[in-house]
This record gives sequence, structure tokens and C-alpha cells, in this order.
Amino acid sequence: MRLQAVGVRLGYGDRVIVDGLDLGIEAGTVTTIIGPNGCGKSTLLRALGRLLKPSGGEVLLDGKRIDRMPTKEVARILGVLPQAPTAPEGLTVADLVARGRHPHQTWYRQWSSGDEAAVGEALAMTGLDGLGERPLDELSGGQRQRAWISMALAQGTDLLLLDEPTTFLDLAHQVEVLELVRRLHGEHGRTVVMVLHDLNLAARYADRLVAMRAGRVIAAGTPHEVLTEPLLAEVFDLEAKVIEDPVAGTPLVVPVGVRH
Amino acid sequence: MSTAVTPVRPPASGRPRSARPRPSLVLAGLLGAVAVAAVLSVMVGARPVPPADVWHALTGPTGTENDIVVSSLRVPRTALGLLAGVALGVAGALMQGHTRNPLADPGLLGVTQGAAFAMVAAIMVFGVTSLYGYIWFGLAGALVASVGVFALGMAGGGRGGPTPVTLALAGTAVSAFLYALTSAMVLMDEQAMDVFRFWQAGSIAGRGADVAWQVLPFVAAGLVLALVNAPGLNTLALGEDVARALGQNVALTRTVGVAAITLLSGAAVAACGALAFLGLMVPHLARPLSGPDHRLLLPYSGLIGAAALLGADVVGRVVARPGELEVGVVLALLGAPFFVALVRRRKPLRL
Repeated sequence: MRLQAVGVRLGYGDRVIVDGLDLGIEAGTVTTIIGPNGCGKSTLLRALGRLLKPSGGEVLLDGKRIDRMPTKEVARILGVLPQAPTAPEGLTVADLVARGRHPHQTWYRQWSSGDEAAVGEALAMTGLDGLGERPLDELSGGQRQRAWISMALAQGTDLLLLDEPTTFLDLAHQVEVLELVRRLHGEHGRTVVMVLHDLNLAARYADRLVAMRAGRVIAAGTPHEVLTEPLLAEVFDLEAKVIEDPVAGTPLVVPVGVRH
Repeated sequence: MSTAVTPVRPPASGRPRSARPRPSLVLAGLLGAVAVAAVLSVMVGARPVPPADVWHALTGPTGTENDIVVSSLRVPRTALGLLAGVALGVAGALMQGHTRNPLADPGLLGVTQGAAFAMVAAIMVFGVTSLYGYIWFGLAGALVASVGVFALGMAGGGRGGPTPVTLALAGTAVSAFLYALTSAMVLMDEQAMDVFRFWQAGSIAGRGADVAWQVLPFVAAGLVLALVNAPGLNTLALGEDVARALGQNVALTRTVGVAAITLLSGAAVAACGALAFLGLMVPHLARPLSGPDHRLLLPYSGLIGAAALLGADVVGRVVARPGELEVGVVLALLGAPFFVALVRRRKPLRL
């Protein structure tokens, strides 16, 4: 297990969103968390990435309690890309990606050739080489999202958490970002955990799905095991037909209507 | 009229857009501007002193009247202007960086009203009469007020330290409260009123060398903290979650930043009065040269702050001869049109 939540209780202030949840992420897998709005999937991802401290239970990274590790050390193992991040005006793609090297820098050693190489590699991996000097504001939505992923890649971690990396993107750009995730996993053996809303894309690009509702994990397993008609009814209150995706052979959800 | 539609082209692509000047050139240029402003500040004044006499006063004073004017009035005034300008410029850039708000000024932490309240209270309650004494009280008031604001912001911000919003709200509330107390006191005490209204206008005149020495350690400590804070501020500019993900200790970065802002703006405001407006303007002049990198933005802002404060002070000495206009008044008169231009920019600035 690379990353593990053991009996975590999560919330903001007095409001508890997730209570007593267990989840394990195995090395070299792409895991996608799905569930209706407000079910706690982003909250869970934030806790796995130590952006949110559990009020009960613990999160283990490679078997060690993540909140007891120095945060900079965690940042060299685990990269997190929050939902819809914003950058200051005028920041160029290369500037942004360079800031991903922060965990490898100290106040007396700001920039090294190793940093330079990692930034170049991250730009190449996301197909942004040549766009380094462009301000982020001038890019298309898909390019901008790839630039942020590139920043997380420059961090040089083999574990990546992505919170809704496809939000606000059109279908073509969503596929573009998810193809990148698949390459990161396939060619570079990275472990990826993401939150996605689109069930069909989730089924196509994930090894494992985790379905949540009201702060609990309802089902976890392969897309075929999880995306069933009874489960969709239970998790989303959705009446749907599940057929085979004619392209990928993964489950394809065709909604019928909302159950009342 | 033609109905042909011209296709809207995206901005020229592929071409490197990094048109920012090299840091070494900018630094040289800004240092030059500060030097020019400092020289003018020593040369120009209500009393015309020939350049030869200024040189004489600086190199080997023999106690002539011009020597005294230059060494006991103009040099300390210039030194204080340099210190306060650097301090307010850097504090303004820090403040806007930490709040991610282009309209934030260092006064937002309550330093201005804290200093005003403590000075007026010192006059009324303790009967302090010396300028030197006011400034110690002003400094203490600025520090206490901003620590109070920080504590209130912390209480509202929860575990991750104070958030920019809770800080701004706490700062506004504390400032309004202190302003009310100060107003009530100056209405009751004529002497306090007299000191207060001159202090509020903002001036670096008639302070003497001891005042510059008095604030120097605070400004120096603030500048060190500011430089340490710069890389952390760069990651915070991407949002708190991204900063945390990159291994930044957000609460510590905020605390160091607030400490730096407090020391810098507290010292400047206590010694020179309500000049926090300078801290609002200067980063907007520095940003086109530096881009969003705080490791450049902070030093550039400091130098521009010093040049602007000294330049405005010189203007104030010239326009109302034989009298003088307070530098705070000049800054506001020149700064307001600048701000109108900023607001009229095509799109709102996002930090």
C-alpha cells in the first residue's frame, strides 16, 4: 500500500463529512473516486494529500503517518493538484512549472541544473515544450490544465493526486488530460488517484473505482465490478442502463432518469 | 459600411514573450533613481544652498549656517526618507502578496491607527512632549495593534493560521475602533490635536538624525524577514492548497510575512505619519518590471518606494516656497491620478 486512510474522520469546523473511512491505494494503479456532489470525495483526496488534517484516524504514506513526516519530505514523494487552481497574472508556463521544484530547494540554494532538467522533462511530458515563455492566461483551458499537471510532475513524485483535473474542460480537452494521466501511469509507472465526475471516462481511464456516498465508501474495485445498475441507483439515485463501451470495452453508463 | 468580418487573431504565438528587462539592469536603474532623489533631497530646500556649500557641509563642516542646515536637517531627512520609502515599498508588496489583493496596503494590519492611538495616548495620559518619545509610543502602538489583528485573524482563520480575509476584516475592525478612540482623545486635548494633525498628514521633515537611528534596527530586521519570505510567497501565490502540496509551511510563511510587514510599516508610520498609501502604489509600479516573482518584486518595490518618497518630498519643498507641502500630501495628490489610471486599466489585475 502506497497510501492508506485508516478510520479517518474528516470535516470542516464542527461539520463532519467523512467518518471512520478506510481506503488503501496500491502502488502502480490509477484509482478514481466517484460519487455525487458533496459526498466527501474531494475532502478525502485533500486528506490523502495532507491538505486537510483528519480529526480522527490517520493517513499513512508508505506505512508512515503522513502528519508526522516533514511536509517538504512528503512533497518529494506525493504531488497534489487541487481543484481549479489559480495563478497570478503574467506568470509564464515555465515559471509555474519551475515553482514545482520548491520541495527540492532551500533558501540558500534556489535553482540547480537538476531543477532545470526536471522542468524541461515535465514540459516535454505534457507536450508544452515551446510554450514555456507564454503567460498562463493566454493558453487554452486544456493547455492550462496540462501546465498545472506539469508543475506537479516537476515535483518529481511518483504518487500523484488530482482533484477533478478535467473540470471546466470540453470533452476533447478532458480526453487529452486523461490520456496524459494514462501515459504517466503506463510509461512512467506512477500511482495516480483522482476525483472525476464523468463516470464513463472514469471507467475508461481507471484501474480501480471507489464509489462514495455521504462520506462512506459504498464499493471499490474494477470498473466492471463497481459500475453496475444497482450500485448507480444506490450511490447516485440514478436509474441507468450499463452497456459495453464499443471503443474500450469498459462499462458505459446510459442514464434513464433520476429515481425519487 | 463594410460587413466583412476581420478574424480575431490570437496574440502572436511561439515567440518568447519574456520581454522583462534583466534584473541587473533594473536594479542598476533603480539604484540610480534613488541616488538622484537622495542628491536632490540634500541639495534642494526652502533655503537655497549652493552646491559647493552642500559639498562643504558633507565633507568638512565648519559650523556655518549652511553646514547646519545640510547636516542637521537635510541629511537626516534624506536618511529617514530612504528608510521609510524602502520599508513602505517592501511592506506594500508583502501585503499585496499575502492577501493576493492588489488594493491591500500595509495599513490594513492596523499599524497606522495603532501608532496614532498610542501617540495621542502618550501625549494625553503620560504627558510625553518630545518627538523621540512619541515615536517610541507610535512604534509600540503599531506593533501591539498588528499583533492584535493577527491574533483576531488567527481566531477566525482556524488551524491553518489566519487567512487573508480574516486578517483584512480584523484589521479593518481594529483600525476603526482605534480611530474612534483617537478621535475622541484629540477632541479633548488641544496639544494632542496639534501633534496628531501634523503626524496624520505624513512628513519626514524636522525629525533629526536620532529618529532615523531609532527606526533603523526595525527596518533592517523587517527587510531580512521579507527576503526570507520571498520564495514562500511565490508558492503562496498559487493558492494555499498548492503551497501546502509543494511542502510549504503556510502558517509559518504567513507569520513571518506579517512580522515583516509589521516591523517595516510600523517603523515607517511611527516616524513619518500616515504614509501607508505609498505601500499601496509602489508594487504596481514595480510589477511590470519584476513580473510575479517576489524575489525581484520585493527589492524593486523597496527601491521605487525610496525614490518615490524622496522625490515627492523634494517636490513638496519646491512647489510651495517659501513654505513646504508635507510629503504625505504630495504623495496623495500625485498618487490619486495614478490610481485612477490603474482602475481604468483594461482588465482587473489578478494576483
